[in-house]
Amino acid sequence: MTSNFIILPLLLHMATAIVLMFLWKRITAQRIISVISNIVILIVGILLFMQTWKTGIITMQAGNWPAPFGITFVADVFSSTMVLFTSISALAVSIYSTVGINRARMKYGYFPIFHFLFMGLNGAFLTGDVFNLYVWFEIVIISSFVLMTLGGKKPQMESAIKYVAMNMLASVIFLTAIAILYGLTGSLNMADLSIKIAQIENRGLVNITGLLFFIGFGIKSAVFPLYYWLPSSYHTPPSAIAAIFGGLLTKVGIYALFRFFTLIFIPNEFITTAFSLIAVATLITGALGSIIKRDMRRMFSYLIVCHIGFMIAGLGLFTEVALAGALFYLFHDIIVKTNLFLVSGIIYRIKGTMNMPKLGGLYAEYPKLSLIMAIVFFSLVGIPPLSGFWPKINLFQAGFFGGNYLLIVAMIIASFVTLYVIAKMWTEAFWKTAPPLDPDEKAYIDGFTVLRPFSKLLLVFPVVMLMMVSLYIGFGAENIMVISKHIAAQMMDTSPYIKAVLGNEALNIQ
Amino acid sequence: MLLAILSGFLIAICLLFLGKQLKGNLPLAVSILPITLFVYFCTFLPGIGEGQTFFQHIPWIPSMGIHLDFKLDGLSLLFSLLITGIGSLVFLYSSSYLKGHIYIGRFYGYLCVFMASMLGVVLSDNLLVLFVFWELTAISSFFLIGFNNDNEASRKSSLLAWAITGGGGFFLMAGFILIGNVSGTYSLQEMLSSSELLKSHFLYAIMLFLIFAGAFTKSAQFPFHFWLPGAMKAPTPVSAYLHSATMVKAGIYLIARFTPILGNHPYWNNTLLIVGGITMVYGAFHSIFRIDLKGILAYSTISALGILVFLLGIGTHDALLAASVFILVHAFYKAGLFLIAGVIDHETGTRDVSQLAGLRKVMAPLAIAGGLAALSSAGIPLTLSFVSKDLIYEATLNSGNSALLFTLIAILTNIFLSYSGYLAGIKPFVGSLPAKFSEVHLPSGFMWLPPLFLGLGGLLFGLFPSLLDSSLIQPVIHAMGANDTVVSLKLWHGFNTVLMLSALTIVCGIILYLILKPSLKRLNAIGKLDSFSPQTIFMSLAKGTKFIALRYTKFMHNGFLRSYLTKIIFFLVCLIGYYLIRNVDIQLYTDKHTAISMYEAIVFSIMIVAIFTIVFSPSRFVAIISLSVMGYCMCLFFVYYGAPDLAMTQFTIDTLTTVLFVLVLLKLPPYLRIKDKAAQVRDGFLAGAFGILISVIALQVLNEPTNKNISRFYADNAYLLGKGKNVVNVILVDFRGYDTLVEITVLTIAAIGVYSMLKIQSSEIE
Repeated sequence: MTSNFIILPLLLHMATAIVLMFLWKRITAQRIISVISNIVILIVGILLFMQTWKTGIITMQAGNWPAPFGITFVADVFSSTMVLFTSISALAVSIYSTVGINRARMKYGYFPIFHFLFMGLNGAFLTGDVFNLYVWFEIVIISSFVLMTLGGKKPQMESAIKYVAMNMLASVIFLTAIAILYGLTGSLNMADLSIKIAQIENRGLVNITGLLFFIGFGIKSAVFPLYYWLPSSYHTPPSAIAAIFGGLLTKVGIYALFRFFTLIFIPNEFITTAFSLIAVATLITGALGSIIKRDMRRMFSYLIVCHIGFMIAGLGLFTEVALAGALFYLFHDIIVKTNLFLVSGIIYRIKGTMNMPKLGGLYAEYPKLSLIMAIVFFSLVGIPPLSGFWPKINLFQAGFFGGNYLLIVAMIIASFVTLYVIAKMWTEAFWKTAPPLDPDEKAYIDGFTVLRPFSKLLLVFPVVMLMMVSLYIGFGAENIMVISKHIAAQMMDTSPYIKAVLGNEALNIQ
Repeated sequence: MLLAILSGFLIAICLLFLGKQLKGNLPLAVSILPITLFVYFCTFLPGIGEGQTFFQHIPWIPSMGIHLDFKLDGLSLLFSLLITGIGSLVFLYSSSYLKGHIYIGRFYGYLCVFMASMLGVVLSDNLLVLFVFWELTAISSFFLIGFNNDNEASRKSSLLAWAITGGGGFFLMAGFILIGNVSGTYSLQEMLSSSELLKSHFLYAIMLFLIFAGAFTKSAQFPFHFWLPGAMKAPTPVSAYLHSATMVKAGIYLIARFTPILGNHPYWNNTLLIVGGITMVYGAFHSIFRIDLKGILAYSTISALGILVFLLGIGTHDALLAASVFILVHAFYKAGLFLIAGVIDHETGTRDVSQLAGLRKVMAPLAIAGGLAALSSAGIPLTLSFVSKDLIYEATLNSGNSALLFTLIAILTNIFLSYSGYLAGIKPFVGSLPAKFSEVHLPSGFMWLPPLFLGLGGLLFGLFPSLLDSSLIQPVIHAMGANDTVVSLKLWHGFNTVLMLSALTIVCGIILYLILKPSLKRLNAIGKLDSFSPQTIFMSLAKGTKFIALRYTKFMHNGFLRSYLTKIIFFLVCLIGYYLIRNVDIQLYTDKHTAISMYEAIVFSIMIVAIFTIVFSPSRFVAIISLSVMGYCMCLFFVYYGAPDLAMTQFTIDTLTTVLFVLVLLKLPPYLRIKDKAAQVRDGFLAGAFGILISVIALQVLNEPTNKNISRFYADNAYLLGKGKNVVNVILVDFRGYDTLVEITVLTIAAIGVYSMLKIQSSEIE
């Protein structure tokens, strides 16, 4: 089915960004328009998801040039689910930003760039063209870089440099891989590539191209040993920005990995083994890093790395059950990681620090808020029946089925460490009585209590909203699992995708 | 049954969010919940006694085979009655124990979560649902141990308890999933028929390891027992309820539940015998050195849990019977002793048993309760415990080859346990009342009636054990697989070996009590063993892990961008280089390629110069400028190959990004040059390898036959359909117009970034 409707999620973000640029410095208007636009895009996202769920894959041939000659946009259930979860995060962060981002940043283009960033993300999810994916990645990098540096001081600059340098390297590798791929096949359309790659006899060269893509996307997904940019950069920007990064930047890399290694490059045993080992190393590296960090956001950054391992594990196991588990984990992770950084932003506003030994007393001061945060943390840990628990079942099942015990041990260690560090953080930041100030330290005035009730609501509402989504993922796990299984099935059998893009004859020609 | 479980959670949510409203006598009203549930479960007694089981099936996540399946059989009923029965008493007791506490609402909230989850554990037939509740009990325990959260010891203990039980939980989860994989179902009921399949499976040992890891951590078996004494930091009613009567028995429940599925295999029996045996002796031995009332009770609880594991390990019908009665007996007297300790602590302000004495004069009813509990713990005739002790000895005596050894350690354990029972239940009440306790008075009835009630209950069932046998105990052991056993409990078995052993235990216990007086000195003496205790070993392991984590993280993530880039490139070169050499037949032909023209050669030379300038320039600024020279050279190539538009775009982008870079770099610390020659050589080598690798791959690709379908389409149709004479232009603005649109956007964003960075005043950033 063909419909121009499917590029609405990215066009709307673009249109919003353009409108917002004309409202430069009129920040009240910017805030209102941004939130409204995100609500509209969320509705569009829901409609898009429902449509792909009901009628199957929808395509749009840009400029009406038939695939594989033009650029094709494809919305299958995977894409539209990613768009949907991204839109939920976008709405939450946009509401949070209205209070959580300072006015100077808003005056100098925070909201337009915010929308450009989400345009890039949605574009990456919806495109069916390899090179087009690359340009969407460019948008994501440049806008996240500008968001990081906007109004930043030295620490922000330093981390932004690291971020952009490593991501540029990723882009260069990605681009090199595209060039090689084009040299091999003469095509850029993913569905077309799926067919053409299968016909190439020099499998060695094909797999090398695949591995190059893996390294490009692996840097973006922050897998071991390519993850360095992530712990270097997530702890400095304002929480709203860190929330977008934490929730989505790595996920777009994961998305690309899943897309490429199920549609274009079907991994051979060498590659799945490599994925499994990398998953193990990622789980352990993230876990070890999170144990020693005393700064809450640095710890969360390492947990992001750690949990990326669960998703890569799904690719390493490469069965339908494992892929479904990894996808479920991906959806859960988008919501919970976004929320984690929003939560840390509220804590920072209350306490003026993220350093756990210096924190304390939150449970006594804000009991209800603390309980809401506790639900977020427990979802992250995967305390059953919350959202992080269910996908692990699939991954364990697939691990036992494939006899991959090393991976199971790593997953147990990672889960355990996550539980431990979160519980420890809870005892320190929430239970402990706040330690007395050093004599030379200025007393911090709680920046949350002084807010007007409406502003407080604007900060807390997004957290509650995402928490509700997490709860839904946990308690309504059936629905999410059905979706994940459906996507996993489409990954194992890609003919519907190819048919939707190239028409019914495409598969018969070969 | 679902409603019975859910009600607890619903009330808990209300309590947690509206806890402040819970004042005055309202806490008492919460007790209606466990009492109602207790009555509800009592109504199942006749049916269960007749051998019925009750089912409830509600689909939850059918696509994963997870259903809210609840099953009530004898074993579940025994535990449900304990949970709700002891729960009722604890709820009533707490209303007085924590009277006026500002967080009493929160406390009841956690308690309700716990009760509901514990019921969930014992009622679930689906393994994964069971696991859900299992973890929820761990969380509620975490919150309850840390209830006095401004106390550092409380926080540490709760964290430790959760770490140990939660860690075990993940193993358990893996075990459940493995068993589910092998048997093809998560339903315990359906698994019964796969028993042989599971036991003969080559992963049987792994299954046992995983299940036992979960059960032993939860039930505080050696060497994971050390979280339990720490858990005594919880308010005393919590210790009575969670850490003695119910939660710690979840592991026992699990083992009992799996007995008909995985049991009756040498691995199974021997592991349980060894671990249970060590635990029961270790716990009992340690209990006699403690002087803190709750410490004594904690170790004797560990020992009792060891006895249960040990009995399940023997696995004969006699042993299963002994275990089921002992679960009940232990809950009666140990919960009683805890509640008594709570009253003493509450009224006198101390739990030091070497100081407590003579309290019978001021708290007579409590003294009676204490006496009953102590007698029960020692297994004095007429109590239910006497019956249970007989059964235990009967089980060990009939256990085959090692009967003598088993009986001996059982006797030893029981002697120690009866000693610690006397210490906790009798010692505080006898002797002369120290002056400082003369003002002590009996608290409200809600606090002393529950332990008294438990004591009398033990006596009642001791006198009439037949009240229990066919109605409750028989279905319990049927659920554990002993289908054809008819249970008939008797107080009097006649004069036989068992009776002799019972008498011996009692006498030795009394002698021990008369000789050994609790003192700080002995506590310190046993404290010297701490450096070999499992806790110390675990702690040093944790410390070691932390040390490794620190070193490893510092090594990997050392703060230097160049080190990160080096590692990434190194990984790429290794991974792809390895694959290239192993799997690709490398052929380097150049004859197919066109000759290099003059222009190309010139531009190429400029690029080479620029590259060397970048690498060797001492200034960051010069390096960036040279970098943009590289970019411009690329543009020249575009011009040369007939794509002036593309070149223009590239020029703009290059210029802007250079400006952006410079702006950011100005804010960075000065350029540091690596002095280390070896590092320079290494980096140069790596960079060279990377370049060669990519070139080789590119040359290999050029050797492959190319598919020109798409480029031919562009060439053929650029003018016909795209109405443009320059193919590249038509590709850019029409065939692949979206790419250009997005690239323009990239440019816009970069422009905004540059503009804002130049304009924004640092004073505007707070």
